[in-house]
Amino acid sequence: MSLDFKPGAFNDFFRDETFREDFTYRNSPQNIRRFPFPFDRDDYMYSVNMEPHVPGRKGTAFEHILDVDEHYVAEMIDRAKVLADDPLRCQSLPHMTLAGWDLLELIMEAKARDYPHWFSLTKDGKRWHWVNRPLGIDHTFTFLDESTLPYGPFEYITRQTQGDFSLQDERDGTLWMDAGMVTSQADWSLDFDVGMNFHEWHAPVPLAHEKGVFDRALKFLMKLQHGSPVRRFNWTMTVNPLLDTAPETYPIWGPTKTTLTPENLGDKQHLRVELQSLYRLPRSNAIAFDIRCYLASFNEIVTVPKWARRLHRVVRDLPEELATYKGFIRNRPAMVEWLAKHDDGAPTSPGWWPDD
Amino acid sequence: MTLTPVVPTIRSRPVYAPLEPRPGRLHLMVADGEGADAVTDMLAKANNRSEILASAHVIYAPGPNGTDRSDRLKALGVAQFFRAPTIPALLPRLIRVLADAHMGTQFYLAGTEGLIGQAEREIMATGFPVGAIQKEHRGSTVRRVQCVHCKGITENVATDPFKCSHCGLNLFVRDHYSRRIAAFQGVNIDAEDPGQVPEPVVRFT
Repeated sequence: MSLDFKPGAFNDFFRDETFREDFTYRNSPQNIRRFPFPFDRDDYMYSVNMEPHVPGRKGTAFEHILDVDEHYVAEMIDRAKVLADDPLRCQSLPHMTLAGWDLLELIMEAKARDYPHWFSLTKDGKRWHWVNRPLGIDHTFTFLDESTLPYGPFEYITRQTQGDFSLQDERDGTLWMDAGMVTSQADWSLDFDVGMNFHEWHAPVPLAHEKGVFDRALKFLMKLQHGSPVRRFNWTMTVNPLLDTAPETYPIWGPTKTTLTPENLGDKQHLRVELQSLYRLPRSNAIAFDIRCYLASFNEIVTVPKWARRLHRVVRDLPEELATYKGFIRNRPAMVEWLAKHDDGAPTSPGWWPDD
Repeated sequence: MTLTPVVPTIRSRPVYAPLEPRPGRLHLMVADGEGADAVTDMLAKANNRSEILASAHVIYAPGPNGTDRSDRLKALGVAQFFRAPTIPALLPRLIRVLADAHMGTQFYLAGTEGLIGQAEREIMATGFPVGAIQKEHRGSTVRRVQCVHCKGITENVATDPFKCSHCGLNLFVRDHYSRRIAAFQGVNIDAEDPGQVPEPVVRFT
């Protein structure tokens, strides 16, 4: 038994594209408008920028708690390739199985409710029937019985869900990252970090510890209640629409940072946005951390004038330490020069939405 | 020779404290190299020294720099003593002892970070709480480093950068530390500029 996709489902909506080799990933014009641009002002500094994760504006990435967009099928194919090359990108310590079932239930219910044309879930007691039309999956299984799924519940459902996930166990007054599906990460190693507590896995982040950001964030998360998820943004930069920027493969993708020229920068340089959401799970009391990655090229971003101006100012004024940590210090001068041409100096309106 | 000072860097980097005698039913002491001194110093502080010795099991290996204080430890008169030639040869004995260890066991780990980390990993795997494990870093500061790329572990790393003993990549030694792997992280230093490797500096001795 395996999770065989039958992705004949590329159609008018789902794009047939790649995140490797020929990099055919693109955002359609309508998808650019719904890109979750992460800057609500012209400068950036770390903060515990949490807000309730509630359904937001129609037609945006916030319309539903789990956003399924035009890249869904292509992203799942890319994830399957990453896992075939390196199964260590998905790990779950033995005590996290129940949390995996919790997450499976959360995702299946949310998708079946919000996208009934693509997903359906019917329950007959513990006997559940799951249909995922975009991926061509139709399974009947017994809830809480691992032997009825082709993978553990956590791997099974995250192979069908955009975004990286980690599951945190709560004990000893902190959170422990004891499971993860991480194939579209901004340069951190699940295999190295699994089993670490909250302060340990954030240890390499500069500046934020001193500012007390992680102490405050942890306090906040420990109070997270079932039914009241929260979200925040994070962001970085990536050359090429490469989902999988793992440290494991850094010797392969690292050299591409040296390939930017003034001519290709707009097409190759991508803003990488993480829409992070956190859920308290009901049976295990674990916390699910969803790190959904969105990529947009600079060419795509500057089609929205407000974002063009603002991205220029944020990148230009970012403290050197942060540009280094986020891995784009080498290319920052070229990025600023390119973006400056798209900044007419006009003021920007507050908030991240495009001006209509 | 006292506790090897650790320059505080990042929050995943372990820190250590001098061993203190604590009440317990079994006193399991695992040490290498100069870690022997931490064990003897701890016993010198104990006001129930003979009681501890009567229920102590010492497992010891010489340090990576050749320091071998087995004779001194053996002369303490502990209930059980075992000298292994190396850390890999020491671990099966530790695992066997842990199979019988009950709650109330006190764990004293002393010596290099490689020894402490690997012993701690075995103890934690049995479910003992981290709070029951004392750790004192003594002697050599060489590091056990995992290559994040090939996953191979290189023991006794002295320089930064160094060449991965498995895949040959030039690795920068980070302070990021995984208890589960019992190793620091090594990351390729010349991926973006192949061949441009800084001169290795001896950072760990």
